[in-house]
Amino acid sequence: MSTPRTIVETEGLGRDFKVRDGVRRRTVVAVVDLSLRITAGESVGYIGANGAGKSTTIKMLTGILVPTRGTVSTCGLRPVPDRKRLAREVGVVFGQRTQLWWDLPVRESLRILAAIHSLGSVAERERTDELVERLELADFLATPVRQLSLGQRMRAEVAAALLHSPRLVILDEPTIGLDVLSKQRLREFLVAERRLHGTTLLLTTHDMGDVERLCDRILLVDRGSLVFDGTLAGLSRTVGAERVLVVDLAEPTADLAGVPDARHLGSEGGGLRQRLAFDPEVTTAARVLGALAGRAEVVDLAVEEPDVEDVVRRVYAARR
Amino acid sequence: MADLRARTAPYRAVLASRVRAQRSYRANFLLDLTSSLLVGLVELAEVWVVFRSVHSLGGLDLAAVVLVFGVADLAFSLADLGFGHCDTLPTYLRAGTLDVFYLRPQPLLLQLVTSDISLRRLARAAVGIAALVAGLALNDVPWGARAVGLLALALVSGVATFAAMFVWAGGAQFFLVDGAEATNAFVYGGRYSATQPASVWTRPLVVVFGFVFPMAFTAYLPVVTLLGLPGPAWMPAWLGWCAPLAALWAWALALVTWRAGVRHYQGGGG
Amino acid sequence: MTVRPYLRLFVAGFRRQSTYRLAALGGLLANTTFGLLKVALLFAAVRTSGGELAGYDVATMSSYIWISQGLLGSINLTGRTEIAERIRSGDVAVDFLRPVDVHLASVTTEVGRSTFALLPRAVPSVAIGAVLVGMALPGSAWGYLLGAVGLVLGLLVSATTVYLVGAAGFWLVETRGVALLYMVVSGFLAGMFVPIGLFPGWLHAVATASPFPSMMMYPVDILSGRVEGLAALGLTGLQLGWLTATVAVGQVATRAGRRRLEVQGG
Repeated sequence: MSTPRTIVETEGLGRDFKVRDGVRRRTVVAVVDLSLRITAGESVGYIGANGAGKSTTIKMLTGILVPTRGTVSTCGLRPVPDRKRLAREVGVVFGQRTQLWWDLPVRESLRILAAIHSLGSVAERERTDELVERLELADFLATPVRQLSLGQRMRAEVAAALLHSPRLVILDEPTIGLDVLSKQRLREFLVAERRLHGTTLLLTTHDMGDVERLCDRILLVDRGSLVFDGTLAGLSRTVGAERVLVVDLAEPTADLAGVPDARHLGSEGGGLRQRLAFDPEVTTAARVLGALAGRAEVVDLAVEEPDVEDVVRRVYAARR
Repeated sequence: MADLRARTAPYRAVLASRVRAQRSYRANFLLDLTSSLLVGLVELAEVWVVFRSVHSLGGLDLAAVVLVFGVADLAFSLADLGFGHCDTLPTYLRAGTLDVFYLRPQPLLLQLVTSDISLRRLARAAVGIAALVAGLALNDVPWGARAVGLLALALVSGVATFAAMFVWAGGAQFFLVDGAEATNAFVYGGRYSATQPASVWTRPLVVVFGFVFPMAFTAYLPVVTLLGLPGPAWMPAWLGWCAPLAALWAWALALVTWRAGVRHYQGGGG
Repeated sequence: MTVRPYLRLFVAGFRRQSTYRLAALGGLLANTTFGLLKVALLFAAVRTSGGELAGYDVATMSSYIWISQGLLGSINLTGRTEIAERIRSGDVAVDFLRPVDVHLASVTTEVGRSTFALLPRAVPSVAIGAVLVGMALPGSAWGYLLGAVGLVLGLLVSATTVYLVGAAGFWLVETRGVALLYMVVSGFLAGMFVPIGLFPGWLHAVATASPFPSMMMYPVDILSGRVEGLAALGLTGLQLGWLTATVAVGQVATRAGRRRLEVQGG
């Protein structure tokens, strides 16, 4: 019996798909054997490469797909039989598809959703005002959804998903395609929402920046199996994830080897552009940059985050 | 009553917005109306051309067949108005809209049905009404409570039956890939068959459009009963009153197909 | 003038249709269903008239029904073509810069599409009709020859006539009304719904004064054997006449349209 504090619980969850491969029929195992437990108020990052089974898992959590194996319970309910009741407790933001009505103004979509979730007029007004203010929707409330920029649309989507104050919010690639500023604002909003209402967050993403700034806990899935369940710090330790500082120099310089706490990865253009890897647990980009001060004149720089594929590969390698 | 209003509020809200959206595209809307009207007229003309060369076909003369056309076409247009978008399910699947339906605390089919409304079918309905009125005027209708009751029953059942056809087609599309044309055969073929005297049908047609998809019950049989005309050998005169039964059967078929389709989509059965 | 670009366009139009295989099966089902319904209705009509109606007996009527159903995918009854959209939006200005005649290129692509659509639709439809119901065929080799020629001419006339709808876009801002009218009128007058032989006198006159029967009605009448010998040759002549006329008008319209675009600038 799950206590109300358990928001998601799966036991041996698995899902297969039958795929037609020319003439033959193949079985593709999208999710192998997933067992996890998420308690109320947690903020979980669910990361993995494309095709690793993230979307399938979310569909099983929300009652869209029936599991092939195992059990799943979301907010104490069984997703498929209790779908309609579950819909009142869960809000989902899809990065790639919309929950809003394409040719209607944002305000109209929110009004319809309030009716769909049977919000009383007082609750509707208060919640809408709160979301409009905190997500800064006021400027484009009257604009049809199809005319919004991606950043604006994502904010409207988040408002739509949170209108009925769900206990669990699932976000599927919410920051994909957004510019740096929009990403930051969205992340800040989600952090605040958790703090104010104790909402549980489950976030699938490719963006390690999302993970770092939003998630307490990381679930890493590779080809349908859970390969890591822990904190970001733990992941970094396991994986030794590095950031890469890319510097453009004023003139071709010899390889910048021997920089404290940094590893020289490579040079381009005869030494005009050089890549240095460093461990963010040990040092910062600023310090590495500082260490270069005497040796070369830096005219431009960039910091690369490790991408999810890289992390996954390293986890796999570390497990062997 | 207040509870009913509250419960239907989300559905009414979506439909109202679709109506507003369609009316706002002024020029396109008028063009769509005109096209629906013209297409309806051409189909009526087709019937007229055949019947003016033969005077009587399958027990119906031109006046009677106009009445059959009117009842069938009107019922179909009204059903198309509310349910016509249901057989475009693949569009919803591709856009991921169906998955969004899962996330709302409402039945899937009800969300699909209320997600859109095709106002331009009203023009087509106008053709049906005109044919119906003409048919009633041209024929020797024994007016009275019986006639009015029979006609009303036929129309309501006809709308329900055709609506069920659209839902059936939607459910079937879960199984078919790019299957719109296959279901069109029975949805639009069904509409065509409903405007015909069923007495000319061969046995396979009788099975398909007389019983499986009960098109003959939407207009032909009620009119035959109304006008006291000889019906086909396999159908006694009073069957015109069984239109509601046909509608129930059609809906049973539609709902079973829909549920099977949804289960197929979700990949489970238990 | 080289033929190669046109051949390539034909093949391209041809190939594009092959991706719609499953849809083609569904289309075949639709064809068969409508065909059987029409058979029921029109056969009854022929029988009620003592076995012959406007020159059609049961067998020739069957040929009419199945061949016309089969040609549904090939004859353009929608009034819409790719070139129409390009003319309306002005993109055709780019096409004029290429060393291919815009008019003929568009017609060739359309014919390629039409011809491919014959395979999954026309051939099976006719086969099903022949097996299920039986149908009449030309009485002589001459009939087969003229029928085949007539089919080809029919597809050509369809392509050249529907081009004119698009060409109207050089002058009209909104061509949707024209396309609409075309959609409604073309099928009816081409004999898609009922053979035009059944039309009342005045309506028959209207139909024969238009290019539409040349697209389908005439070749079908030759192939079913309803029209033979010299009369068949006459129909083929009519098709050729309409083909020439529509091509001529198309050429004139395209040149005039091009001049108009150049004058307008952009």
